[in-house]
Amino acid sequence: MAQYLVKRFLYMILLLWLLTLVSFIIIQLPPGDIVSSIVRRMAETGEAADQAMMDAMREQWGLDKPIHIQYWRWFRNLLRGNMGFSFLLNRAVAEVVGERIALTALISGSTLIFTFVMAIPIGIYSATHQYRAGDYVFSFVGFIGLATPNFLLALILMMGLLAVGMSPGGLFSPEYLKQPWSIGKVVDLLAHLPLPIVVVGTAGTAGVIRIMRATLLDELEKQYVITARAKGVAETRLLFRYPVRVALNPIISTIGWLLPVIVSGEIITALVIGIPTVGPLLFRALQFQDMFLASSLLLMLNMLTVVGTLLSDLLLVASDPRIRFEARAG
Amino acid sequence: MRPPVDTAIPEAAAVTARETAAQEAYWMASQWQLMWRKFRRHRLALVGGTVLILFYVLGIFCDFFSPYTIRERFQGLQNHPPSRIHWIADGRLVGPYVYPTVQTLNPETFEATFTELTDIRYPVRFFTRGEEYRLIGLFPTRIRLYGVERPAGIFLFGTDALGRDLLSRTLCGARISLSIGLVGVAISFALGVIFGGISGYFGGRADMFIQRMIEFIISIPTIPLWMGLAAALPKDWSVMQLYFGIVVILSLVRWGSLARVVRGKLLELREHDFTMAARLAGLRERAVITRHLLPSFASYLIVHLTLAIPDIILGETALSFLGLGLRSPAVSWGVLLKAAQNVRSVAAYPWMLIPALFVIVTVMAFMFVGDGLRDAADPYRQR
Repeated sequence: MAQYLVKRFLYMILLLWLLTLVSFIIIQLPPGDIVSSIVRRMAETGEAADQAMMDAMREQWGLDKPIHIQYWRWFRNLLRGNMGFSFLLNRAVAEVVGERIALTALISGSTLIFTFVMAIPIGIYSATHQYRAGDYVFSFVGFIGLATPNFLLALILMMGLLAVGMSPGGLFSPEYLKQPWSIGKVVDLLAHLPLPIVVVGTAGTAGVIRIMRATLLDELEKQYVITARAKGVAETRLLFRYPVRVALNPIISTIGWLLPVIVSGEIITALVIGIPTVGPLLFRALQFQDMFLASSLLLMLNMLTVVGTLLSDLLLVASDPRIRFEARAG
Repeated sequence: MRPPVDTAIPEAAAVTARETAAQEAYWMASQWQLMWRKFRRHRLALVGGTVLILFYVLGIFCDFFSPYTIRERFQGLQNHPPSRIHWIADGRLVGPYVYPTVQTLNPETFEATFTELTDIRYPVRFFTRGEEYRLIGLFPTRIRLYGVERPAGIFLFGTDALGRDLLSRTLCGARISLSIGLVGVAISFALGVIFGGISGYFGGRADMFIQRMIEFIISIPTIPLWMGLAAALPKDWSVMQLYFGIVVILSLVRWGSLARVVRGKLLELREHDFTMAARLAGLRERAVITRHLLPSFASYLIVHLTLAIPDIILGETALSFLGLGLRSPAVSWGVLLKAAQNVRSVAAYPWMLIPALFVIVTVMAFMFVGDGLRDAADPYRQR
């Protein structure tokens, strides 16, 4: 068991290192760099930048060095908790990203919980009432949920909110926007959470319902269920005690692909309904070629899913005796 | 299924004969015939398939089905709501006609309203002449399915902020939106078969490496990755270059799961008796793969490819919606939806969301067809 954990953990470290590489390379791909982007912006407002100033800026940020040295410097600083400087915000990256990442993580985490809380009971209902009206209704709604892009759902729900006279979007009411954290602000945040959670979670929920329904249907046909029924085990007890428990395992392992989907959805939803999470900042950073900021945000988002996947693997080990024994043996 | 048993003996014999014939047809049917039989029974899949054929036809011949070109602007008719089609005049049915409209600005709120000038009726003409275009890019013609004489205009889906007919743009946007899914899946398919094939065929270290790589790619959230890669596409690229750039970006992420399917299926089939039998019969390796292995999992591949198409379509829509994908003058559903980015403009001009309806219906149709194919391709499912 301990060996499995160590192996899994080392693998995660390797993945995280790969992620730093990928995040860095992607941001370096566009032609030009932050300095040329700044110069372009200055030229738009009529200011001229001379070569000496550009060279000085490049030297200050080490942009004149070859790419692998730039990466090494960035990576070394990263290990010390220094994520570099954001030209866009004129502040250290580490100062800005914390709260945004926390909010993204909060929304993603709540969405994951929402997904399971909705999907598991509906999946059980659909499987036990196969081809009845309720099953068809859920299947149909689920198909629409899967087919509707996040941003569209956000727009439609916001139109609905607008129609009933509520202010749509945002994560905080205006009066709390610039305030430090307080109980009032937390309550205000909670009141604004449902919209992004529903928007982000719908597609994933539909997917998990389908998986839950399919696995449970497979289980229900199995011999042990028939045996238990023949022996007179009460139907509800039988259902929850055995097939549901078996069917839950594939659900837990869906976290691996569900989390990236949710984080993706959170990014695009945040852009549409205008909530101060990573999405809008990443978007601006990419357009501005603010490389330290963009790389760090990309890296943190990817870390979120890698760590989440590790947690789901551990959860799976804890919940599935078959894997637990295998892990102990291997 | 079985007809009620009749006491008259000759008829019963005929029934048995018919049944035997049906059984024979079943046993002698090829794999694809069997799939088609099962697929036909999946009603939603048939509906989905019909819708897809319709959309592709509308997209390919979009110039014919739309009254205007995608660039024609109507001065003074910006953000025009969908045109009202009238049928009855003076208490008689006179067929479809429209009235020309003028924009009036409310001096206090600056809101534009459109009023119909009911003096002259402009009948909707079918197979009428419009701007010249080239049908499927080849045959120059002016014939369009319908249209009205100027100064009246017919905008079944309304117009956009520049006064262009949204229906024409939506239909022609289908060209990019629907083709990008196919091209993207073709690229993912190539990558998936190559890497999945290497992985499943050679096994060992190559397999280990490729599997870890796929896991890694799958664990990365797609939208931020796409955003980063799309932002790297040069700003001065032409529409064609951008199109291929975007397709490559979208499929780079998507090939992993296809490679997994190929690998898993190859590993499974390698162990089957018929593979061994083919080898023992002295078939060369290539013949074993092309004649026995490929046909056995072609159906599975088609199912997975069908289900991968909507992902690519949704990806392009999302990227273009954000302004990171295709840009004007290219027209795709995502580009059209970019006009609907702001809630307040959507609330004021709800018809801007019509292209989204096409996205949703297309994606659902692909999912239904994929589901139907999955059921049809599964030889163990008897329904």
